[in-house]
Amino acid sequence: MEQVLSPEDERLVDGLRAGDESAFVALMRMYGAGMLRVALMYVSSRAVAEEVVQEAWVGVLRGIGRFEGRSSLKTWLYRIVANTAKTRGLREARSVPFSALGDETGDEPAADADRFLGSGERFPGHWSVPPQSWAPEGQLLGQETLEMVAREIDRLPPAQRAVITMRDIQGFTSEEVCNSLDLSETNQRVLLHRARAKVRSALEEYMR
Amino acid sequence: MRLDRELACQEVVELMTAYLDDVLDPLDRERFEEHLVFCDGCSNYLEQMRATIVLAGHVSLELPPALEERLLEAFRGWRGS
Ligand SMILES: [Zn+2]
Repeated sequence: MEQVLSPEDERLVDGLRAGDESAFVALMRMYGAGMLRVALMYVSSRAVAEEVVQEAWVGVLRGIGRFEGRSSLKTWLYRIVANTAKTRGLREARSVPFSALGDETGDEPAADADRFLGSGERFPGHWSVPPQSWAPEGQLLGQETLEMVAREIDRLPPAQRAVITMRDIQGFTSEEVCNSLDLSETNQRVLLHRARAKVRSALEEYMR
Repeated sequence: MRLDRELACQEVVELMTAYLDDVLDPLDRERFEEHLVFCDGCSNYLEQMRATIVLAGHVSLELPPALEERLLEAFRGWRGS
């Protein structure tokens, strides 16, 4: 496989290997909070998730010398935290086994299901209350709206929250998310879709 | 993904993320786009999904300060070892 490291990644990897604190701080601030959300997919409490993140970073520091850049740096970081959290989750009595992801990709009603006409209607599956257009994007981008979006994302179920965080906040591609979390493309998309639909719906409520 | 008839709005909504990721096959993509031509509700929904993504892209994430402190200590410990 080819090297896929960006110049930026390469600089951070070199910095970390050299024990450069600013490289560590930069990486921790870029990805630490996202890694915490990944940990919360597999363990039941915030405190344990924080321990997992710490353990994962220790693993990162120990492993950085051997990191070969076959995946992007962030994919490598997220794989380490996901694996650390899975191991920890298995050990925990009240763990959430990874297969419990099924709850988040399965049963839930489809996005905004209550907004469509039922099967007894003349146009089943069509809007009963169609979405109205919003203000132009520029006007939406206020601090208050962003805080509301951040809160809604925070309230999502763990796997949906982790996936929307990686895709839409941190700019991972779907492939990078699938590789980081060992998710199928379909499951990744279902989680992202549900997460976005819930945030959209909250924004709609807020716009009224 | 293959669909064998005209799309209802609910199906269009369920396909939005696949559409935005450009993973619909060409025929479904065409049907999806045809639907948008006459359906304001779904067009608005798609615009709102796009706006939602833009807004999420402006959210900043912060580590809890106590955790950041612990991670820094771990780093300094590793560097000193
Ligand atoms: Zn429609």
